[in-house]
Amino acid sequence: MTDQTPVNRPASPLAADQVNSWRALPDASGHFGQFGGRYVAETLMPLILDLEKEYRKAQDDPAFWSEFDSLMKDFVGRPSPLYYAPRMTEHWREKAPAGKGPKIYFKREELNHTGAHKINNCIGQILLAMRMGKTKIIAETGAGQHGVATATVAARFGLPCTIFMGATDVERQKPNVFRMKLLGAEVVPVTSGAMTLKDAMNDALRHWVANVHDTFYIIGTAAGPHPYPELVRDFQSIIGKETREQMLEKEGRLPDRLVAAVGGGSNAIGLFHPFLDDPDVQMTGIEAGGHGVGTDKHAASLTGGKPGILHGNKTYLLQDEDGQITEAHSISAGLDYPGLGPEHSWLHESGRVDYVPITDGEALEAFQLCCALEGIIPALESAHALAALPQLTAEMDEDQLLVVNVSGRGDKDIFTVAEALDVEL
Amino acid sequence: MTRFENAFAKGPALVTFITGGDGDTAANLDALVAGGADVIELGMPFTDPMADGDAIQQANIRALGKGTRTKDIFDLATGFRQRHPDVPLVLMGYANPMIARGADWFAAECAKAGVDGVICVDIPPEEDAELGPALRAAGISLIRLATPTTDASRLPAVLEGSSGFLYYVSVAGITGTQTAAQTSIEDAVGRLKAASDIPVAVGFGVRTPEQASAIAKVADGVVVGSAFVDLVKEHGDKAAGPLRELTSALAEAVHSAR
Repeated sequence: MTDQTPVNRPASPLAADQVNSWRALPDASGHFGQFGGRYVAETLMPLILDLEKEYRKAQDDPAFWSEFDSLMKDFVGRPSPLYYAPRMTEHWREKAPAGKGPKIYFKREELNHTGAHKINNCIGQILLAMRMGKTKIIAETGAGQHGVATATVAARFGLPCTIFMGATDVERQKPNVFRMKLLGAEVVPVTSGAMTLKDAMNDALRHWVANVHDTFYIIGTAAGPHPYPELVRDFQSIIGKETREQMLEKEGRLPDRLVAAVGGGSNAIGLFHPFLDDPDVQMTGIEAGGHGVGTDKHAASLTGGKPGILHGNKTYLLQDEDGQITEAHSISAGLDYPGLGPEHSWLHESGRVDYVPITDGEALEAFQLCCALEGIIPALESAHALAALPQLTAEMDEDQLLVVNVSGRGDKDIFTVAEALDVEL
Repeated sequence: MTRFENAFAKGPALVTFITGGDGDTAANLDALVAGGADVIELGMPFTDPMADGDAIQQANIRALGKGTRTKDIFDLATGFRQRHPDVPLVLMGYANPMIARGADWFAAECAKAGVDGVICVDIPPEEDAELGPALRAAGISLIRLATPTTDASRLPAVLEGSSGFLYYVSVAGITGTQTAAQTSIEDAVGRLKAASDIPVAVGFGVRTPEQASAIAKVADGVVVGSAFVDLVKEHGDKAAGPLRELTSALAEAVHSAR
């Protein structure tokens, strides 16, 4: 790991005094401290307010959650297993100082239908879309995982679906483009800006502004204008709720530390949120360090950015001193975004969660190690979380419990990995 | 009287927009004034102009590509104010460049440069605290946007704390694309004027003198942007002549509409 943040840093005492619960935000205006909010054009404001109203009704409607649960079980295949990773545990225990090297568990979100945690959120949002009487679905996608998940639920419920995808990404993610088309979605290549995820999100917002009357925008991560960060978190919190129950069942106690990769941060907030009020559970979010946070090629917005406003929310962003957004870089397309969800910015500033960067190279090593030791090909996003194991296992005691969120499977990444390893397929 | 009050006192006003740093901006601003524009909007370029159509997106990219910085925008504004002491000048753009050094810094720079008003596309009334108080304290008008989706229950919040004029975005969409039906504009302007004392200017999708004239019959102002930005794209650093020509035609149509 490139950062020497101590693993067992306690939550800041100041913050602990200020909040009775870490799980009480956002406030009524959609803010997490100074972060979050609703920074959208006036055209979208009425719709955003409607969405919040409808979500409040859904929150209190048992029928909504019973349909959500039923789809989670039979369509997505939940609960996903909490898997004890014996060889990974042994491997790092051997390298750790005496008495160190915790038991490592994987939360296996990669076993979900469509191969990642993304589907949890898509199911929740399409149910909301239908409650609101919207008849068309749009979404942005980077690597294509959220696009595939959105196209999947749109097909399942018979709604027409348009996916905005940067032209650069369309070119380098051809299999996912074809998957989306098979699922009946229209894929619109976006040619503005650097033609990647950020630009896809800009064009999805542009399309939405012109079609607010009948269109629902399924945002792919726990970011965007309020109430998106909250509702995406709530739908993804099934990850942490299951982990909690499963760990209690297997070990009779809560885990000592949770680790997850943070791009926009939906898999991480989904795992962390149900544990935020358990003071003995430590958490680490992994940012994409790209070629290193000292270079200009990374996507670590907490480590290398500062607070600003983009895509409807206030959060940490990679930007220059004029507030112009700078291009992110990560070997993992899912982490290749110059910002992150606002709740992570708040958890970072308040000290409740540690955030550390992992480089492309470290992630590649972890990717290969996981394949070889556990027979699991992780997504490159998840490989960033796995790459935190050398440091975390060296600091944690043998009798402690560590959970890594394996948020997605890596089949989609084999071409990228082959190229990085100079292997010709 | 403020510069805004003066500009709207003479009858319907022509409000023109170009992107700062795109082409020879100082000469282009002068051409707009010479052609008869009553209010000038100077766009602050941003990497992610989410509310803009292709024409203004490209203008942002051209401006940033030439290395345009926030300081250059304020230099353009300062120069404009020296050359045109009476023409109201509005900075229009997105939140992040405006708050990057703090809202107070931005408001103070606006005051120093002689800027009269600010339009921030992505700060709705709900997030007013981000920029509104700083602008008002510095005596800069915050010009808010109303849209076809702004219903009667929201309108008071939009009007609260806004001054200078109200910008009615006549279509639910992005800049430079569709045009609204005249009847829907008439209804909307009537509704807005009944609720407010400040002038109502109408924009989005207005390109021709004919459209401008029709809108000027009912509204206090007509905003034209993408049509000018297209000319800058076409003529590069030699756009002043064509800009002045289009401005004259639009100004004639707007000023003689009633």
